[in-house]
Amino acid sequence: MNKISVIIKREYVTRVRKKSFIIMTILAPILMATIIIVPTLIMTSQSGEFKKIAVVEDNSNLFKGVIKNTKDAEFVYLENTKVEDLKKTFEKSGYYGILYISPELINTPNAVYLISGKQPPIGLLQHIENSLKKEIERQKLLAYKIENLDDIMKNVETNVSVQTKKLDESGVEKRTSTGIAMALAYILGFLMYMLVFIFGAQVMRGVIEEKTSRVVEVIISSVKPVQLMMGKIIGIALVGLTQFLIWIFLTVAIVGVLKTTILHKTNTTEISKSMPQNLMSGNQPQVAVTTQTQEMSPQLAEFSKMFDSAMNQPWGLIIICFIFYFVTGYLLYASVFAAIGSAVDNETETQQFMLPVTIPIILGLMVAMGTMQNPESPLSFWCSMIPLTSPIVMMARIPFGVPYWQIAVSMVLMLITFGAFVWMAAKVYRTGILMYGKKTSWKEMWKWLRYSG
Amino acid sequence: MALFEAKNVTKQYGDQLALDNVSISVPEQCIYGLLGPNGAGKTTLIRIINQITGPDSGELFLNGKKLVPSDVQLIGYLPEERGLYKKMKVGEQALYFAQLKGLSKAEAMKRLKYWFKKLDIIDWWGKKVEELSKGMQQKVQFVTTVLHEPKLLIFDEPFTGFDPLNTKIIKNEILFLRERGATIIFSTHNMESVEELCDNITLIDKAKTILEGSVNEIRSKWAANEYDLVFDGDVKIEGNGHYSILKLQKDNNKSIFRLKTTSEINTNEILQTAMKSGNIISFNPALPSMNEIFIRVVETRN
Repeated sequence: MNKISVIIKREYVTRVRKKSFIIMTILAPILMATIIIVPTLIMTSQSGEFKKIAVVEDNSNLFKGVIKNTKDAEFVYLENTKVEDLKKTFEKSGYYGILYISPELINTPNAVYLISGKQPPIGLLQHIENSLKKEIERQKLLAYKIENLDDIMKNVETNVSVQTKKLDESGVEKRTSTGIAMALAYILGFLMYMLVFIFGAQVMRGVIEEKTSRVVEVIISSVKPVQLMMGKIIGIALVGLTQFLIWIFLTVAIVGVLKTTILHKTNTTEISKSMPQNLMSGNQPQVAVTTQTQEMSPQLAEFSKMFDSAMNQPWGLIIICFIFYFVTGYLLYASVFAAIGSAVDNETETQQFMLPVTIPIILGLMVAMGTMQNPESPLSFWCSMIPLTSPIVMMARIPFGVPYWQIAVSMVLMLITFGAFVWMAAKVYRTGILMYGKKTSWKEMWKWLRYSG
Repeated sequence: MALFEAKNVTKQYGDQLALDNVSISVPEQCIYGLLGPNGAGKTTLIRIINQITGPDSGELFLNGKKLVPSDVQLIGYLPEERGLYKKMKVGEQALYFAQLKGLSKAEAMKRLKYWFKKLDIIDWWGKKVEELSKGMQQKVQFVTTVLHEPKLLIFDEPFTGFDPLNTKIIKNEILFLRERGATIIFSTHNMESVEELCDNITLIDKAKTILEGSVNEIRSKWAANEYDLVFDGDVKIEGNGHYSILKLQKDNNKSIFRLKTTSEINTNEILQTAMKSGNIISFNPALPSMNEIFIRVVETRN
């Protein structure tokens, strides 16, 4: 046992000290965080350029002042101006666009257009549409001559966005998001695939290195082959776990920091602005909450929602399952990789053996991708049970919610299979590691498997 | 008493017989040479002694008791091809191997410092193995082999890759280890080192033992009634009915004759006749070199 720990220590220390390990460990979470943060940043930050937009109404003045200026757009209401004239001088005028509102708009919903030199951003269009829509509704209501209309309007105003909630076993509702589940499924499945593959291949390379440099002869004269093999596999597994834990920690830290700095700043200002309105409708707290989110720019609100539902994922379960499937899945594949490494004389010879091993891994990844679309499909179910693909597929299913009994069955199957694979691999390894200059075939390996003693 | 014994060891790889009923018996504090042409089965035997592979049949004894896996602690093995991690630093690596042999870190460190200083390689402690020449690597590996002070040392081709100076250093270390109580088995193609170091040898060819015994006995047995007779100055003698002259060599104002006796004759009688021809400096039985014996034995078998 003591000797295994000496081997584990060497395998671990030499790898963790490598420059490539340190760089990957630090860079990957930064990349991950960037992938998460950058799109939201682009979404939330208006496109920078300040836009002046000329509003022309054919002197009807029906909508004058209706569209409020925003942070990066100013609406200039022009009287006595023809659209045709403006168009001619558009280049020099310095306007970003011309908004033409026909007096017929109240009755013809599409009698409005925005002429612009560039494709206008979606946020700007939504702002214009919402403003006009509200005004038209208000004017139509005015026609009914209702008293205290403005107060009623304020009270009535609601904004609906469907929130998905998941009922967990204890009956607690949780806000979820299919988008987040999909993203998470993708990330988890892919991460598992990468880790199993990368570290499995490292085991193989390590075994080949020991074999070709004949280090193995020196070591085998001190320890048993199985001890050497297990020491190597466990040492590299610890390297993988170390990296994984650092990744989780760093990603959470980076995302957390970015969330507080970017989101909170904007949130607080927007919320304080909407406070008076909330107070006015104080007797209806539920509405108050929605008005609050409504007042935030819609993208920001979406982002915040995504965060909430991301936080509501069963993280404890995910991390426990991930570590379990990583350890067992890795051990299963790493032992096969070790056996292959022991059977060949150099890395180029590994190819004929690699294909049958990579097929289940890649199949697992492909099913995992399909799982994102349809987590309940029979294919996903079976692949999350079969131990060769279950680490990847089950990880992709977990964000969508998997019954505990399924996880339990999958784990038990995994444990049994991994035990069998390690046992077989050790037998092949013991013979292969000392066999030189002979081209090994599957048949040969089968023979080694049945050697006794 | 024999420290190590192998009795009737047979090993088959596929349809190829690597060892056929080979037995060796290595007395305590003996330097035992394992000779044979390439592919004769020496390395297989060494691997079996190290329990890297098991024999198909036959028995192995250490100190009179059956060899068991825990005996690896008592054996030090220097493999033919140098087995070191190329990317690892010399010192760390030596420490690693020492710990695998069951030494504590502190003890291993103390002994490593001693040996590294003794072999003048302490400056390489922090270097990576790949930066070292083949001979240097071999010195490092030599140290890792002897560090845990095993009773039985096994060297597979210990001198390949060494310059004459380092060969001498390693030879002296081997003799020194023997003095301190170690028993040594080594395989080599270097016959000169066999004459210099070995007490006993076994010659294996095509999986079979074809010659064994003490080096001196073997050489006198193969001497085949040949003598070297050396005169001072330029001297001429002729062969007679009792002996023939195989070869004459003149060198440094000396005449060296190789005689072969052809009948039962007392060596004194040869000297009596020879004395009349000139001033005799020396008269020795001409021992064939191990090299000659090796070639003759293996060639006659083929």
